[in-house]
Amino acid sequence: MITDTTSRNTMTVNFGPQHPSTHGVLRLIVDIDGEIVRSCRPEIGYLHRGLEKMFESRSYRHNIPFTDRLDYLCSLANNLAICQAIERVGNVEVPERAKYLRVLMVELNRIASHLVFLGTFATDLGATTVFLYAFRERELLLDLLEAMTGARLTYNWIRVGGMPADIPEGYGERVIAFLNQMRPRLDENDRLLTHNRIFRARCEGIGVLKREDAIAWGATGPVARGSGVNLDIRKAAPYEIYDRLDFEVPVFDEGDVMARYKVRIEEMRQSARIVEQVLKTMPEGDIQTKLPKIFKPPAGEAYSRIESPRGELSFYLISDGTPNPVRIHIRAPSFIHLSLLQFMAKDIKVADMIAVAGSLDPVMGEVDR
Amino acid sequence: MAVGEVSKKESESWKVPVPGGSVIMAPLDRLTRWARKSSLWSLTFGLSCCAIEMMATAASRYDLDRFGVFFRATPRQADVMIVAGWVSVKMAPYIKHLYEQMPEPKYVIAMGGCACAGGPYRDSITIVKGVDHFLPVDVYVYGCPPRPENLINGILKLQEKISSEKSLLRGGSPDHRINHEPIVIEG
Repeated sequence: MITDTTSRNTMTVNFGPQHPSTHGVLRLIVDIDGEIVRSCRPEIGYLHRGLEKMFESRSYRHNIPFTDRLDYLCSLANNLAICQAIERVGNVEVPERAKYLRVLMVELNRIASHLVFLGTFATDLGATTVFLYAFRERELLLDLLEAMTGARLTYNWIRVGGMPADIPEGYGERVIAFLNQMRPRLDENDRLLTHNRIFRARCEGIGVLKREDAIAWGATGPVARGSGVNLDIRKAAPYEIYDRLDFEVPVFDEGDVMARYKVRIEEMRQSARIVEQVLKTMPEGDIQTKLPKIFKPPAGEAYSRIESPRGELSFYLISDGTPNPVRIHIRAPSFIHLSLLQFMAKDIKVADMIAVAGSLDPVMGEVDR
Repeated sequence: MAVGEVSKKESESWKVPVPGGSVIMAPLDRLTRWARKSSLWSLTFGLSCCAIEMMATAASRYDLDRFGVFFRATPRQADVMIVAGWVSVKMAPYIKHLYEQMPEPKYVIAMGGCACAGGPYRDSITIVKGVDHFLPVDVYVYGCPPRPENLINGILKLQEKISSEKSLLRGGSPDHRINHEPIVIEG
């Protein structure tokens, strides 16, 4: 703890890297004036592992499991993003059924990711019960993902040019049964949190992000949609089969913590809708394009972007015709959202700063890379 | 005689022989070990992916409270540190600091391949190849990430180890750090 010498009234305090509310090893350097936060500067790099450099010494397929550990709450979205970039640079066609399987898995994983947000966010605000409720649903969902992929968290389940295996028998019924179970429980959660007076007092009007700031600072995903920016990559630049699916993009104009929370809750319902449609319309056919064992895409560049649960996740890839990529850059949404804290955590109470940081839902594995 | 002083005769009268004599130390030792292993309070300290599995282990289905493991947010109240995730060179001094803030007796579980030996980041320049480079690890739980059952297995093995410890003064003697036998749980 260091006293700031520039002003008599403020004190500089370290928040983290070990703090139960930082969602990982985020360190915030906070200038406080009594109970009021005057400025908040995020300090990152505690999980840095030089991943973009490590990508360069591995072949394209070897790089896919590393992306699992970027945004570990939604690893399938990362798998999808890097595979799309590799497919674009190598001109690989993906079979129709594989596209449906990809969307199915990514949307299920999106629900799992938002359930973790719900649990941890509610715990930060003092509602510990919701944490247990959210994880109860998540365990059921992880059973489904495990039945398909064999892993609970780091799936590594999307391949260049398709999917490694088809869904097991009777999988569709199990997924529908889960969704039918989850919907009333989401309503129960609404009764516990969304209409709870204490919760609303902690969330409404707190950490307001203006629409202009959201656009100017590159906010995407639920953070942008909570500020009235109608931007969803699934609609704006449809990939896989999203242009054929019927779903809505929830947008709220308030820009506060509550709006971002409501966007995520509504997204879970929309993801459930997408999963149902995918299961209904999935065609039969191949799931994997035949590719050589040593995959060498032609020299060139590719950029892929997808809507991960946190926002726009992009991979920029340069190939020179060898089995290893020359450069892979990751545009991680959490990293960009952390820079928004300087607007949102300004002149608010210390306890509200925790709500604001939690509402960004940052995953530090993605921030530091 | 000043206030607070005791006469020699009075202090002699307190020396009542304990029934069983020296045997009393053995049950007290066992009682202490039982108490230690049944209330292993853990530090709320997640690093990366494994932290999510650690949360899942503590949450609804797996319920670590059954084993007396309860997460505390401060190292001052913690007995065991579960290092869940990869440790970078920048983070390592903080982990060491947190470990030193914990009161004795204290234990360390290295959870996941990264904390055990560097995991997939073994050739990265910024990752410490295993927390045993700067912490005395009691249990290594392998897996990427380990399943909750695996972590529970590691905690049960740690409890067995505590209940077979020789002395009450675990933290006092320096040689337990050198002579301790780590337990390895395969992934």
